[in-house]
Order: sequence, then C-alpha cells, then structure tokens
Amino acid sequence: MKRFRTLAWILLAAILALSLAAGFLPGFSYTEQHREFISAGPSRHFPLGTDDLGRDRLVRLLCATRISLLLAAAAALGALLLAVIVGGAAGYMGGWFDSVMVRTVDLMLSLPWLFLLIAARALLPLDAAPETSLLVTYFLLALLGWAAPARVVRAGVRSFRQSDFVMQARALGCPEIRVLVRHILPNLRPVLLAQFWTSIPIFILAEANLGFLGLSASEPFPTWGNLLRELQSPVMVRPESFAPVAAVVLAVLCFKFIAPWGGSQV
Amino acid sequence: MPHIWAIKIARKLAAVGATVLVGGLLTAALVRMSPGFDSDERLLDSRLDGASRAAIRAEHAANSNIVSFYAHRLAAMLHGDLGQSPSLRRPIGELIVDRLPVTAELMAAGVVGGWALAFALALPAVICRRKLASQVAGTFSTCMLCLPPAAVAVLIFAWGGPVRIIVALVLFPRLFDYCRNLLADAYARPHIVMARAKGVRPSRILLRHVLPVSAPQFLALAGVSVSMAFGACIPVETLCDLPGLGQLAWKAAIARDLPVLVCLTMMITVVTQLCNSASDGAAA
Repeated sequence: MKRFRTLAWILLAAILALSLAAGFLPGFSYTEQHREFISAGPSRHFPLGTDDLGRDRLVRLLCATRISLLLAAAAALGALLLAVIVGGAAGYMGGWFDSVMVRTVDLMLSLPWLFLLIAARALLPLDAAPETSLLVTYFLLALLGWAAPARVVRAGVRSFRQSDFVMQARALGCPEIRVLVRHILPNLRPVLLAQFWTSIPIFILAEANLGFLGLSASEPFPTWGNLLRELQSPVMVRPESFAPVAAVVLAVLCFKFIAPWGGSQV
Repeated sequence: MPHIWAIKIARKLAAVGATVLVGGLLTAALVRMSPGFDSDERLLDSRLDGASRAAIRAEHAANSNIVSFYAHRLAAMLHGDLGQSPSLRRPIGELIVDRLPVTAELMAAGVVGGWALAFALALPAVICRRKLASQVAGTFSTCMLCLPPAAVAVLIFAWGGPVRIIVALVLFPRLFDYCRNLLADAYARPHIVMARAKGVRPSRILLRHVLPVSAPQFLALAGVSVSMAFGACIPVETLCDLPGLGQLAWKAAIARDLPVLVCLTMMITVVTQLCNSASDGAAA
C-alpha cells in the first residue's frame, strides 16, 4: 500500500507539474482555433487532435487539468474551513446550537448531493461570464461539501472537550476560543487532513457530473467536466475523446491512494 | 413499553416533518433569491399583448414574498394540490405521477443490482483465503468509483447497453467497501471463527451467524443507498433521455421552476428521511 501511495504522489505531482509548465510554453492557448484543422485526428502538431472548433485537445486537456485540480483543492480547503468553524463551534458549545447544526447536517446529508448542486448552480444566470461560472461552480462545491467533514470535526471536538489537557487549560484561565484553536484543533490535524484528501476527488467527480449536464464552467474555459461533454454525441466520439475520462480516473485513483484509509469515503 | 415506542416514533415523525418543512422553505428561498428569477422567457414573445404581459408579471409578483408563497403552497399541498409547473405548463402532481414509475423502476433496479453486485464481490473477497479474489474485486470497484456517474451513463447508453444497470454500476462501488469491511469484521468474530473451524457449512455460517451480526449496519447502509440511487438517477435520466423525476429535477433547475423544485425537494426529503428512519428502526 505504501508503494502505491508513493507512486500516486509521484504521478499526481507529475500531472500537476506538466499542466502548470505547459502554460509557459509559447503558443499555448486553449481558445486558439485552427480553422483549417477542424475535428482533425491525432497528428504531430496535435497529438490528441482538435475539437469541432479546431482547438487543440491536448492544450485544452492540460489547461483543464490545471483548473480542475487546483480549484478542486481550493474548494476542498474552503469546505474544510467551513466545517471546522461550524463543526468546531457546535462540538465545543453544545446546547441548542449543536442540535440545530446536527439537524442541518442531517438534512444536507440526506438529500442527494447532485440534486442540491444542480438546484444551487441553476440559481445563477446561464449566460454568466465564464470566469464567474467557473468560480461559482467550485464555490458551490465548497459551500455544499462542508456537511460530512463538519460532522467528523464535531465528533472530534466533543471527544476532546472533556479531556484532561483541555480541563487544565480551562482551569488556568485560557480563553475558550484559545482552547479550541490552540489545544483542540491541532489534535484533529490527522482527521482534517484525511477529510481534505477525500474531499478533492469527490469535488472532481461532482464537477465532472455537472459538466456533463452543462452546469459547470461555461466555454471557453476548459474543465474536465465540460471536456467530457464531447462524449455525449456518439458521432463525434473517437478514441482520443476518452483522454479526459482517463485523466479524471487517474487523478481520482491517485487521490484514493493518497488519502488515509484508502479514500473509502470517495 | 409500547408507550415508549409510540413516543419514539412520534418524535421521529416530528423530526422528519420539521426537516421536510425547513428543506422546502430553504429551497424556495434559494430559488426566489437567485438572480434572474423574475425574468420570464414568455415575455420575449412578441405576439403577447399588454394584458398577457401584465398577467405574467402578476404571476411573478405573487411569488415575490417567499413566506407567503411557501405558506400558500403548503396549504394547497395539504389539500392535495401541488400546483402548476410554470415551465412545463402542467399540474405538478400529474408530472410526478407520470414520471414516478420510470424513476422507481430505475432506482429499484439500481439498488437491487448494486447490492447484489457489491455482496457478490465482497463475499468471496472476504471468505477466500487467496488474496487474488479480494484484489480483483477491489480493483474493479476502485475503477468504477473513479468514473463519474455521468460518464458511465453516457458510455453504456452510447454502446447500446442496458440502461437499467447504470445505477447499479454507479451504486455498487460505493457499497462494496462498506460490505467488505462489515463482512470481514463479522467473519473475524470468535464464535464465527469457531464455527468455521468446526466445519459448519459456509451458507449456514453466513445466514445464521454473519448476517444477523451485521444486519444493523447493513440496514443503515440500505437507507443511505436509496438516496445515493436517486442522486445517480439524475444524470442517468438526463443523459439517456428517460422521462423520470431526475430529468424533471434537471429541467426544473434549468428553467428555475420554483414550484416543481420545492415539491421535488420536499418529496425527496420525505423519501430519504423515511428510508433512513425505517432502516434505523429496523436496525434498532
């Protein structure tokens, strides 16, 4: 398992480095249209061919990799931050706030996530600017993905609340917020890291699903989700069209091996 | 004793009711506050005269106060009137009744197939002493888990595969890990190890010793799997053009159809909460 984990780290770092480095290459543009090479097959100039607008598929895939990986990680971080604030406060304060939080988390976890995402994403105008739609998609992922980590954080905080070191800190007159931030949360670091690594592939898959349904970032921004849309028209499907699928599978697989407990929550 | 049970059931039902009401209100509030809610594509129709336009605007104005809209909607729902879909221009009750069988069939096939597949692969993975069975099952499950459900739907649909197995294939990897862990935990218990050592038939061990031990956890997971199945139905129905509730949810979301979204959210909340409560009750 450790071997697989190391391999996953190397592979993921290589994919990310490649997608980041490609941005510095001359002529790297995901919007540039080669009108004379529309829907061209793989060639020396276009290793993955071009799409129906003559855009280089490889360039778009690399750019999508960069956007999807970095923004999924940012969304996971946002969701975790929200989970720490809400779950930490609920677990530490207890009482009515805890009860309300538990009910809210139950409600959010009982509803199908994709339904919530679709409903929330559709609240925005469909003609929103591409940058806005891209940021909003990942912002929504962070906003809706806090419930499961919040439950874990709450349970962790509750288990530490009555521990000896917390009692001692309180007895010494340490302010409550300091007890939570300086004494309890650092002890939850392994749990928080596990939640972070398991949230990223969940967000990648959620974005891919939204992209398929046309509710992810709008064109011309490439994300793994909207690159996968090409598979919807069987006439256009070629072997190279499956490259985004391979990229998603590879990335999620890497995260599954990297995440503690084998990413069983994915 | 029956008195305690009655109180417990009443409290559970009250919690489900409150959750459903809050869920519906939140959905209504979110959709109402979304940008562009007041715009209506019917107003772009140049054939409409002033009176028709005024009627459409009045229709929107009636929905502007979210609390009164929700209260009015709830009162109507209690009388069996789910309202009219502004985008599809049909009664919501009729839309749900028409589409429910498609989704129910898809979900039933998905839940049964997903559980059967997860169990069929988890059991040999746990029972067989050779690691190969476990590794093959684990690899298949992991690969399926890494594929977005929408991609599975499109690939099977495009290759002419049976649409009913898509939800099962999406659900199975999410159940497999839990099934394998629960079975491994049960098979490691001392009395089951003893039964195996004594040569008790494997089927008897499974049915008489393993399943009763793991039943509460399996039942809890069964409740969650219904919600998972509905989540999987949305892309499957949308991409495979199946006229079910998942497709209706997607269409309503795209068209910002507030009454349909509120009804669907409440309906899904009721179903998932009842499934979870039923599985919790059965496990208890």
